[in-house]
Order: sequence, then structure tokens, then C-alpha cells
Amino acid sequence: MSRQPDTDERPIHPDLPDEWPIHRDDSVAFGLRGWVRWGWRQLTSMRTALILLFLLAVAAIPGSLLPQRNLNPQRVAEYFRQYPDLAPVLDRLGMFDVFAAPWFAAIYLLLFISLAGCVIPRTWRHAVALLDRPPAAPRHLSRLPYADRWETEATPAEAVAAARAELAGLRFRTETDSPDGRSGSWVAAEKGYLRETGNLLFHLALLALLFAVAAGALFGYRGNILVVEGDGFANTVAAYDKFDPGRVFDPRGLQPFSLHLERFQASYITSGPQRGQPQSFQARLRYRPDLESPERTRTLEVNHPLEIDGAKVYLLGHGYAPTFEVRDGAGRVAFSGAVPFLPQDQATFTSEGVVKVPDAQPKQLGFSGFFTPTTVRTDRGITSSFPAATDPAVTLLAQAGDLGLDGGFPQSVYQLDTRRLTRLKAELLRPGDTMTLPDNLGSITFTGYREWASLQVTYDPGRVFALATAALAVIGLVVTLGMRRRRVWVRATPGEGGRTVVEAGGLPRADAGGGFAEEFSTLAGRLRSVTRAETSRAEE
Amino acid sequence: MPGDLGLAGLSDGLMTTAVVVYSLAMLGYAGEFALGRGRARTPAAAGTRVLVGAGPPAEDALPEDAETGRPRPRDVGVLLGRAAVALTVLGWAFHLTQILTRGLAAQRWPWGNMHEFTSALAFSAVTALLVLLYRHRVRYLGLFVLLPVVLGLELASTVLYTAVGPLVPALNSYWIAIHVTAAVIAAGCFTAASAAAVLYLVVDRYERQRSLGRTVGMSGIAGALPGKEVLDRLAYRTLAFGFPIWTFAIIAGAIWAEAAWGRYWGWDPKETWSFITWIVYAGYLHARVTAGWRGRRLAIVALIGFGCFLFNFFGVNIWVVGLHSYAGL
Repeated sequence: MSRQPDTDERPIHPDLPDEWPIHRDDSVAFGLRGWVRWGWRQLTSMRTALILLFLLAVAAIPGSLLPQRNLNPQRVAEYFRQYPDLAPVLDRLGMFDVFAAPWFAAIYLLLFISLAGCVIPRTWRHAVALLDRPPAAPRHLSRLPYADRWETEATPAEAVAAARAELAGLRFRTETDSPDGRSGSWVAAEKGYLRETGNLLFHLALLALLFAVAAGALFGYRGNILVVEGDGFANTVAAYDKFDPGRVFDPRGLQPFSLHLERFQASYITSGPQRGQPQSFQARLRYRPDLESPERTRTLEVNHPLEIDGAKVYLLGHGYAPTFEVRDGAGRVAFSGAVPFLPQDQATFTSEGVVKVPDAQPKQLGFSGFFTPTTVRTDRGITSSFPAATDPAVTLLAQAGDLGLDGGFPQSVYQLDTRRLTRLKAELLRPGDTMTLPDNLGSITFTGYREWASLQVTYDPGRVFALATAALAVIGLVVTLGMRRRRVWVRATPGEGGRTVVEAGGLPRADAGGGFAEEFSTLAGRLRSVTRAETSRAEE
Repeated sequence: MPGDLGLAGLSDGLMTTAVVVYSLAMLGYAGEFALGRGRARTPAAAGTRVLVGAGPPAEDALPEDAETGRPRPRDVGVLLGRAAVALTVLGWAFHLTQILTRGLAAQRWPWGNMHEFTSALAFSAVTALLVLLYRHRVRYLGLFVLLPVVLGLELASTVLYTAVGPLVPALNSYWIAIHVTAAVIAAGCFTAASAAAVLYLVVDRYERQRSLGRTVGMSGIAGALPGKEVLDRLAYRTLAFGFPIWTFAIIAGAIWAEAAWGRYWGWDPKETWSFITWIVYAGYLHARVTAGWRGRRLAIVALIGFGCFLFNFFGVNIWVVGLHSYAGL
């Protein structure tokens, strides 16, 4: 967002033409309009933009160091427990939702307004400048930062014509006071317009990127769902465990696909220091893009999402769902099925979960416990030593009483409300084992396990546009940083003894990286030779 | 266990060798500082193209011109410096072989954990140094680039050491070659530019102290360094080269994140700090190109940028919980 002329080559001589107008504050009466104008000029000034830019960096820091709700709500809750006095204060400041906080938005919106206020007018100016001819030669070329001078026997017109041809051959844009090439006395040349083009492309692309990101957030959606092997789901809002629609997303726009998880497979390293590290996750799916389509199959893997009609299905996580059969006091099957347990530890997959049996008679039954895929007994109890299910077991605590499901309050499926439950007994069960409950309350059989996969469905209509703008930004950046804008003038005047004095001057407009000095000296050498400078003649 | 132990052992041995050779090169560069006095300070002897009229001031001379005070063969300092360059090339070759054998042993792209990233990063910094040595004859940078390189490799073979092994599924993608490689190349540029910025501050302090009539301890080093303008331009050019690559690395990371995690940007701590680093360097470029900042403030901004990068690389992996944590220890 270079908003002033590139001023790193100073001094620019006062009699040089300058296409960038200098703002003069001639509004003596500072009315409302004056204030607005003044404020706008402040906002779109380079200094403000730089301050906002650095402010944005500083503002992002707490978002990376403090736990954030959108990334990890459990860690936010933990932070509240750990710092009960500090956390509410930080929360009021939006420190746990930094990237959604109004002050964060204020910074980047101001920055982008500042950017737009600078870049858009500059785009027009640059468009005009692209059609312009290089400005006439200044009176005193020797006062330019880079200058050279020699004599020749060629006539001034010949020298100017030769210099112009040389400069044009080097793809300079040239202008002369005599287009026919007969009576010319100077030639002006300019090159490197692409520097500003690249600069503007970069900044305009960043502005467009913001719109692409916003479009994705407004018109897209994201849903998470846990699917147990053998189960499936249809893409409806109700099917999701968690659904985040964009602000203007219409649920009727949900792609009408459905899918079914046939099998989930994980493989792990079985020996060595990395034992237990996962090697691959594969989820075999059957899916229909819409109701009419025939069913297809696909293996979903990490890094390889499934795209259906613009929505993408990702494999994000997995876990175990032990299967149980619960009989109540009357010997009736009160529950039968798989219950997803949540992994507590990715290294061993010790997983926690609960089984709720509200239909059991005479008392409702609840079981809480953990699933250990590779069960080992240690001093501290039963745990798992490996994430794969090589020796699975569940350790269950049976409770009976009132599950509290009729209270009208929503309850987590992963927690028991133990307030009106009595503990009965705890036991470790291996597949096929049955725990019989005391007082004739029933029994539970651990029949086996299935795996579950957690899937995420994302629809982001701004995605491709965002990528395109980001790519354009990089192209603009490479062009602008690799270019320098410079002007060169050559003037030929009649000197003593019928000779011609040739003067050349160079002015880098933007040469932050340096390098114009060499370019100018090479160029001056070539100009000397094409205008048949005396020194080169003498050498012949 | 997958991976060939013989090759892995060879790789570890090569890393040690590279560290030894780099350390010797550092001694050579340091020796040149100690013996060669005022060498680079003579303004552009080869700058025969000093032009008529208002030419740029001598300090404006380019890095290429600056150091060409024709080497006197009998000058021991220069000989030491040349030996150091040769040793740097040798160490670089060992280092390259180390990375190749590590990749062959693991049978995958060799940057999947902190040990491997650190080695790649150090390699990239040395590569940047060699490119700058070739193009601008910047032997004075050698010591200041190799110092963090040797420290980094020491860390990589001790605290960060990880045995050869396969990748976790999330890292198992061809994007690791694109995203991490771009980040590593950019990091090499950042390291070299930071060395130039540090030297800028050294010369700046030396000159200011001297203008106040005080004697300064580091006159030996400062005397062997080129002018401030040369260092400033060197830092700028290197950063202007590295910045688009860093931008590309972030975008490649976003594309990968989109494939792996279902969103291209999610303010994960690693993403946040890469963004902060990007902003600081963007601020550097703007301040220099547009606002015409020069000098100390700018050198400090460049170093803040490098600090952010280092925090992103080490700090985020070690202290902050995020999606990139698997890349850690």
C-alpha cells in the first residue's frame, strides 16, 4: 500500500515533473467537511495504515496464547477453573474469542478501508499514467542522481534518434520533442510501469480476499457428526451433532446427499520408539449424491476429503463404540446397541462413555465407565497401552434409580446425572462377559465393539475465489518487488567545433533494492556507443 | 520398524560432521574479522563507474562493489576467510547428504518433525549464505549466519532428536513437500537478512559511539564490516526475495489445511503466528519502500519479524497447544 511516491531516491530536483500531486491543505475554514476530509486523509495515510497493520499483529497474539472457544472450548473451561478471578475479566474483553471480537474486526476493517481509500484512487491514477508519455527532459540533466556526458561528431538529431532507438530496443517507453527524428534535441524514456501494476494487483487482491473469506462465512455452513460403523446419515440440519450455518445460509440449500459408514480402519506402528503412532485411517463409505442417484463407494482418508456437489466431507477423528445388551429385572432386553465412547488420550485410546437405559424395569439403569482397547492392569488401575483393539475390555460402574431424563432439560449423552442414582457394583468385562446386577435389577452383556468416525461436512462457496485472489496477490508481490521504475533522458546540443554534446541522466522512481547505479552505467555505455561518442571513436 | 537403521545412523553421523565443519568455518570467519582490518570499509575501489555530477554517496555502493578491495594474497585474514568459505561449502555438502540419507532412511520427505525441520532450516540458511557469498561476496555475514546454524543443529541432534519413523496420517500428503519447503526457503532468507540487520545495528552503534568521541569495544568487527547502507540493502533484498515465498508458504499451508482439517484458515496458533510474522515483514517492506524508513528502526522491525518466526517455529510447537502440535517433541 505504497501511497506516497516512492521516495527512496532523494533528492528529486524541484524542476522535475512529478505525476504525483502533492496534497496542499488550503482549506482554511475547517468546517464539518474539512474535518471529514482531514479524517479521511489521516485514515488513508501510510502512517495510519502501518500502525493498523502492526496493531493487527499485536491483537492476534492473545488469540494464539489464550485458549479460544472456537478451537478448544474445553480448554477455555479449564482456564476458567484455573483462574477464576482473571478469566471473567478476560472474557469480557473478548480474549477467548479474539478473532470474532469487535475490536479485532474494527482493526482489520479500518485497515481495509484505509487500504481501499488509498489503492482505488491510485489504480485510476496508474491507469491514466499507463496511457501517458514519459515527461519532457528537465533542463539540467547533470543535476540528476545519475548523469553522464560525452561528445560526438554525429549531429544532435542523429544522436537523439540513435539514443531513442537504443532505449526503445531495451523496451523503454520513449518520447522525443521531434517525432520525425530530424530536428530532435532530447529523448525521454521510462520503464518499469509493472512495478506499480504489481503493487496495485497485490493490494486489490487482498481486498478481494477479504470479500471471499466473508462470502464463505456468510453463505457456507459447517456440520460435525459422529457415525458408528453400520450407521449412516442424511445431510439435514437435524442429523448433525453440531451445525454452524453462515449468517445468511438457507438450510434448504443443504446438498441432498446421504452416506453410510461401512467400516473404519486404523493402523498403528507396533514397535519402536514411535509405537502407537497412527499410520493410516480409512473410512469406507457408501453414499448417494442425491435421492435419485445410484449408490457409490469411496474410502475416505485424512487429507483426501470427499466432495459432493460443492460440499466436502472430511474424516476428522475416530473412536470406539462398545456394544451392549442390557436386560432389566423382568429379563426383557431393555437396550441393545453400540454406544460411542470418547477417547481421553490419543496415544492409548482409553475412552469414556455412559450407557443409559431409561426403559429398564423396575428401576432405570445407568452405566458409566471406560473402554480400553489394549487392556493392562497397573498399580493405578486398569488402563490401555495401545490404541488398537488387541485386547478390548470395558470397566463399568452400574447404577440404578432415576436417570433424570424427564426433567425437561437437555442432557449430554456422554454424562450421567448421578444425583438420583445408587451405585450397585463395578466390574471389568471382556467381550461376551455379563455383569449381573444385585437385587434382581437385571444384567449387562458386553457383546463387542464397533468403531466410529467423526465426520465434518463443510460448504464454503468463497473457497475457490479466495484461492484465486491469494494467487493473484503472490503474483502481484513478485512483480512489484522484482521491478524498479526508472526514467532516463538524453539530450544532444550543438557544442564547439561542430561537435555535439550529449548528456544523459537517470532517475530511479522506485529502487528500494538498489541496482540502478549499475544499470545506468551499462546503459550510458551503450548510449555512448550508439551515438558514436568521441572516446569510442578514438579507440577504433 | 520401517526405516533403515544403517542409513539413519549414517545420517546422524553426517549431521555431527556438518556441525564440526561449520564450526571450523566459523573459526575462519572469526579469524578474518580479527586479522583483516578496514578491508571492506574502503569505498568501492572497483566502482570505476562513479559518475559525473551528483553521483550517489560512497556508502551507497552496492554490496558487490563494497568488498572488492582487491584481496591481497598475503593477507592471512583473507586466506582464513576464503578457507572459511570453502569449509562452508564442504559443510553444506555434508549437510545436504545428511538430509538426503535421512529421507532415504525414512522413505519419505525428510521434514516431518522438529528434528528434521531444524536441520532443513539450518540447511536453508547456509544455502542463503552461499548464494549471497556468490552474488555479493559477503564473507562478513558468514560468522553471523553460521552461529545460529550450529546452535540449531546442536539442538536438533540433542533435545529435538527424533528417531527415523513414518509420518502421522495428517502429515502424509504431498503438500508437505510444497508447504514446508517454501517455509524453509523463506526461513533461510529471514535468517540471512537478520544477520545483516544485526550487523547493521553493530555498525550503527559503533558509528554513533565514535561520533560521540567514545571508544567502542567492537571496533575490530565494525571496522571489517561494510557501510550501513550496504547492510541495509542486503537485508532488504534478502527479505524482498523471501517475503513472497513466505506468502506462498502460508497459502500452500491454507490449501493443505483445507484438505486436512476442512477449513483453509482457522486461527490455529501456528497459523496465527505465521500471519503475525507475515504482517511484521509486510510492515518492514512498506516502511522501507513507501514510507522511506531507513536505519535502526527498520533493522529492529526486521529482527522482530525474525523473532516472530522463531517463536512460531519453536515456541508454538513446544508451549502452545494446537493442531500443529504433532510436529513437536
